Amino acid sequence: MRPKLLPSPRVLAPRVLARLALLPALLALGGCDWVVMNPSGDIATQQRDLIIVATVLMLLIIVPVIALTLFFAWKYRRSNEDAPYDPDWHHSTRLEIVIWAAPLVIITILGAVTWTSTHLLDPYRPLDRLAPGRSAQHVKPLKVQVVALDWKWLFIYPELGVATVNELAAPVDTPIDFQLTSSSVMNSFYVPALAGQIYAMPGMTTQLHAVINKPGTFDGFSANFSGAGFSHMRFKFHGMSQANFDRWAADVRKGDQRLDGPRYLVLEKPSEKAPVQKFASVDAGLFDKAVNRCVEPGKMCQHDMMRIDANGGLGMAGVYNVTTLEYDKRVRRGQGGGQEGGLRAFVAALCAPKPSEAR
Amino acid sequence: MSPDLVKFIFGRLTWEAIPLHEPILLGTFIVVALGGLTTLGLLTRYKLWGYLWREWLTSVDHKKIGVMYIILAIVMLLRGFADALMMRAQQAMAFGDNAGYLPSSHYDQIFTAHGVIMIFFVAMPLVTGLMNLAVPLQIGARDVAFPFLNNFSFWMTVGGAVTVMLSLFVGEFARTGWLAYPPLSNLAYSPDVGVDYYIWALQIAGVGTTLSGINLVVTIIKMRAPGMSLMKMPVFTWTSLCTNVLIVATFPILTATLALLTADRYLYTNFFTNDFGGNPMMYVNLIWIWGHPEVYILILPAFGVFSEVVSTFCGKRLFGYSSMVYATVVITILSYLVWLHHFFTMGSGASVNSFFGITTMIISIPTGAKIFNWLFTMYRGRIRYEVPMLWTLGFMVTFVIGGMTGVLLAVPPADFVLHNSLFLIAHFHNVIIGGVVFGMFAGITYWFPKAFGFKLDPFWGKVSFWCWLVGFWVAFTPLYVLGLMGVTRRVSRFEDPSLQIWFVIAAIGAVIILGGIVAFIVQIVVSIRNREALRDETGDPWGGRTLEWSTSSPPPAYNFAFTPVVHQLDAWWDMKQRGYGRPTTGFIPIHMPANTGAGVILAGISTVLGFALIWHIWWLAAVSFVALVAAAIAHTFNFKRDYYIPAEEVVRVEDARTEALRSLT
Amino acid sequence: MASHAHALIEADKNRFHMTEEHHPENGTLLGFWIYLMSDCLIFAVLFATYAVLGRSYAAGPSGADLFDLPLVAVNTGLLLFSSITYGFAMLSAQAGRKTPTLVWLAITGLFGLGFLSLELYEFAKLIHEGAGPQRSAFLSSFFTLVGTHGLHVTFGIIWLVTLMVQVGRRGLDEAMKRRLMCLSMFWHFLDVIWIGVFSFVYLLGVL
Repeated sequence: MRPKLLPSPRVLAPRVLARLALLPALLALGGCDWVVMNPSGDIATQQRDLIIVATVLMLLIIVPVIALTLFFAWKYRRSNEDAPYDPDWHHSTRLEIVIWAAPLVIITILGAVTWTSTHLLDPYRPLDRLAPGRSAQHVKPLKVQVVALDWKWLFIYPELGVATVNELAAPVDTPIDFQLTSSSVMNSFYVPALAGQIYAMPGMTTQLHAVINKPGTFDGFSANFSGAGFSHMRFKFHGMSQANFDRWAADVRKGDQRLDGPRYLVLEKPSEKAPVQKFASVDAGLFDKAVNRCVEPGKMCQHDMMRIDANGGLGMAGVYNVTTLEYDKRVRRGQGGGQEGGLRAFVAALCAPKPSEAR
Repeated sequence: MSPDLVKFIFGRLTWEAIPLHEPILLGTFIVVALGGLTTLGLLTRYKLWGYLWREWLTSVDHKKIGVMYIILAIVMLLRGFADALMMRAQQAMAFGDNAGYLPSSHYDQIFTAHGVIMIFFVAMPLVTGLMNLAVPLQIGARDVAFPFLNNFSFWMTVGGAVTVMLSLFVGEFARTGWLAYPPLSNLAYSPDVGVDYYIWALQIAGVGTTLSGINLVVTIIKMRAPGMSLMKMPVFTWTSLCTNVLIVATFPILTATLALLTADRYLYTNFFTNDFGGNPMMYVNLIWIWGHPEVYILILPAFGVFSEVVSTFCGKRLFGYSSMVYATVVITILSYLVWLHHFFTMGSGASVNSFFGITTMIISIPTGAKIFNWLFTMYRGRIRYEVPMLWTLGFMVTFVIGGMTGVLLAVPPADFVLHNSLFLIAHFHNVIIGGVVFGMFAGITYWFPKAFGFKLDPFWGKVSFWCWLVGFWVAFTPLYVLGLMGVTRRVSRFEDPSLQIWFVIAAIGAVIILGGIVAFIVQIVVSIRNREALRDETGDPWGGRTLEWSTSSPPPAYNFAFTPVVHQLDAWWDMKQRGYGRPTTGFIPIHMPANTGAGVILAGISTVLGFALIWHIWWLAAVSFVALVAAAIAHTFNFKRDYYIPAEEVVRVEDARTEALRSLT
Repeated sequence: MASHAHALIEADKNRFHMTEEHHPENGTLLGFWIYLMSDCLIFAVLFATYAVLGRSYAAGPSGADLFDLPLVAVNTGLLLFSSITYGFAMLSAQAGRKTPTLVWLAITGLFGLGFLSLELYEFAKLIHEGAGPQRSAFLSSFFTLVGTHGLHVTFGIIWLVTLMVQVGRRGLDEAMKRRLMCLSMFWHFLDVIWIGVFSFVYLLGVL
């Protein structure tokens, strides 16, 4: 890292980037897969570049500080009688201005970089490019709905009508719109080669926009501890050519498994090292129900609850509109069993669906 | 007995809670039990119980309380470090088909306990201990503002530590990570006692921490020696003031947040549940509104120690005292405005993320100014390489790297790829070990002769320092690398065999750090054995600059026979420069606070109360709660809380010192 | 004392220690004030929690359905009066008159008990109607905020009785006056918190 590469802050980013693009290649030569420094998706690549820019900027001040520390430590050692000794020197306005201004300048530049890059790389922002110089405007994105289950990942492709467990595929150079939620606790969806992570949380959706530029198989996993099976909550992400992806989708569609509410409730139960599963068809509203925590028949959906609450609740009539699940999540996840507190309760739907509809 | 009666008596405590089937825990228990019995036996054999009770356990002397805090921290460091070694060993082994030696139920407890113990029961007691030991001496006071409260605070911290240690042998600890995010930590996903141990240990210790914070703030504001205006306070006192202000202003938030989680777990409320309108993200916000200032609570006193050490061992006044003070105050205030950087990845908008990212970066400006101030204190100094100065140099070189990776993590898009990764783990160990731990070791070595009257053996101190420094870099550089390889934290089993070498290197680093800890303990043992050779009669072994070095080592119970009068910053240096003569006559009786056992008793009852609540032993909880209130009230009926040290006693002590000083010359 | 010391330092630049016993100012009131501020933060967290969750009724009843404003108004009156009577107790204590002090303290305590009884009645009624703290996040935060205040009042009353016994035994010396002053600050603090609860929870909940 040579600070002299940086003539002035204004031209800093592009030129540094151009030269530092060599760095990951060097790292790759080392034989290790530093995936964060050598990713395959455009978003992750921009994030990598930002890491390099920020690091170089800070090294501008860190390197001199370390060098000065070691130099002063050596020069002003007690045995060095030749060095000047000035026991009462404790103030210099000029020096004080420098020591406050130097970090201030670096942080001002870095702050500006932060502000723009945070907005440009906001995971909620639809992509405007597939790669440097390639607009994303006329490419139809692939929608993927992600549900973090205990302890596996469910991927629903609403436009294809299929779903997979612990396997994700996408065509290269196509924007992917992820919508994410979780069935139970907080997880974080992370494919380092593709893009930065985003949390998947129960009762909420988060979003991630990304694109994969190279075909290949990449690791994905949960990056937020979620309980006993967390270590194995991993999946493979396949970047494929469009033709291969179409073949893959057709292959999934050939299966005979259907993911509907009851099947989801079975799938949702905690399991570790779950194998890859493929569902040839998916209930249309399943992701929506998973987000709103009402896949269980008879349970009020959260968006209904929120609408009711926005209008002031259900009044005293709503007090007893509560029922309990047949099974208890605590029995499912705890070791101690559900001796305490009885069954898990939930708010009942206002119009209980007929059993046939609940299917 | 009928099952109902058994359940009434023991709550949910059963024989299964005792981990007889886990050889690791059983082995630990046997070692701890044997160690404990030996200690108790020796205490009885040498009839030390009375001495211990009168002179230490019930003592309200801030110096003794400070020493006890540090002993607690070192004991807990051994536990927390054992956890670290176990994690390192597991991660170095568990690749492919090898599942390692720890099942995830055990591994998950270990990383939770490691974090909780290291922050709450190692770093906090070290910081509080040093502040207790040094601050009243630095400001020329006889004790803290509320001596009994100080004793009580210490014992509450011990109560919390005992509660965590109990979880090792009775039941289990939380399997949630050290901040216990719900919904995972809530009843639905962690129904067992682990999280309850976590909650009550932190609540019991938290009471002590908050009260100790109030105590030291009042001490510093009200009890400074005449003439010591705020801008003449030693820097360590300044950083202590800021730290304690932070403690008072943040620990209640932790208390309230944990209380809400407690309500969810005990009263089935719905603060952080998934259904019924609960909001787990609120917990994440609240806990970090406490959690980020907590980082500065730990690091500020370390900064203070480095400031004292660097100017003492460079034989030079601190460069830029006032900018140092302003930097500390700015950090104190800014530390409240950055909490969201711990969860950029939870989907806040870009503007919110960049706001918190930039505020975080701004903190590096005053921190950078501090580094430069230390640097220019060295400039044109005469640096003596005593052990505290080594720790300081090690800190300066190590900490700036940690600061740099910290600012990097504050850039939201970079955080998206590094959040929760081993890069993050490496970063915060870089600042906590490189900053807090190095600072506390520097402080312990620096003030040890003040507390005990003899220096620590420098050879073993240097061994310890080099082991820590080298061990740190060997252990955590691989984690930086692994983070850039996209490896996340809290994973107990890996698939990719190419990662293993890095974990093996990290494990070797941990073993080198173990060497540093062992060397530190050896250092203490060797120093005690060689104490006559290491003895310092002057009370000022380092050529100190602040008031604590003006009195004898160890100081008498009353610290100063006459309250010092301060004219300048570095008051003791000023006194020495201007030919101060120590007063040898005219001694008067001194008003001092009296020892009391109330702190031990109240904290003991609180710990029993916590245990009863953890195991749902409701009758015991009720009884101990009533006992707690009754004991507190009874304590308020004790109005005899002070006594006078008679003038003759002062004369005797001071004459002995006069004699000792004369024999030196 | 401080200015005295200051004058001494100014008078003699070569004076390095006091010759008489130096008594720093008593820090109890400052310490207690800081404690109150830390307690205030606990309430701040509970208020913030209520602000976040106060409309999450989980399709259950809202404040407008549940709160009995006249009852709460009476309750508020009781607590406000108790603050006034505590003020009278402090006036008597400053004047060194033991019996009126005790009488006013007793009246304060009775007001406090009245407040607590009405609050417990309200809680019992809500729980009986099925609107307990488990029913919704709104009710969880309501019960916790109001209940925490109530717990504080409970401890205040226990403390008040303790102080009455001690005043009865020892009379009104400096230490006792200081203790009464601390409880006074605590009591008024709870009043201020209650005004927040009353306007923020009850008034805004019903209006």
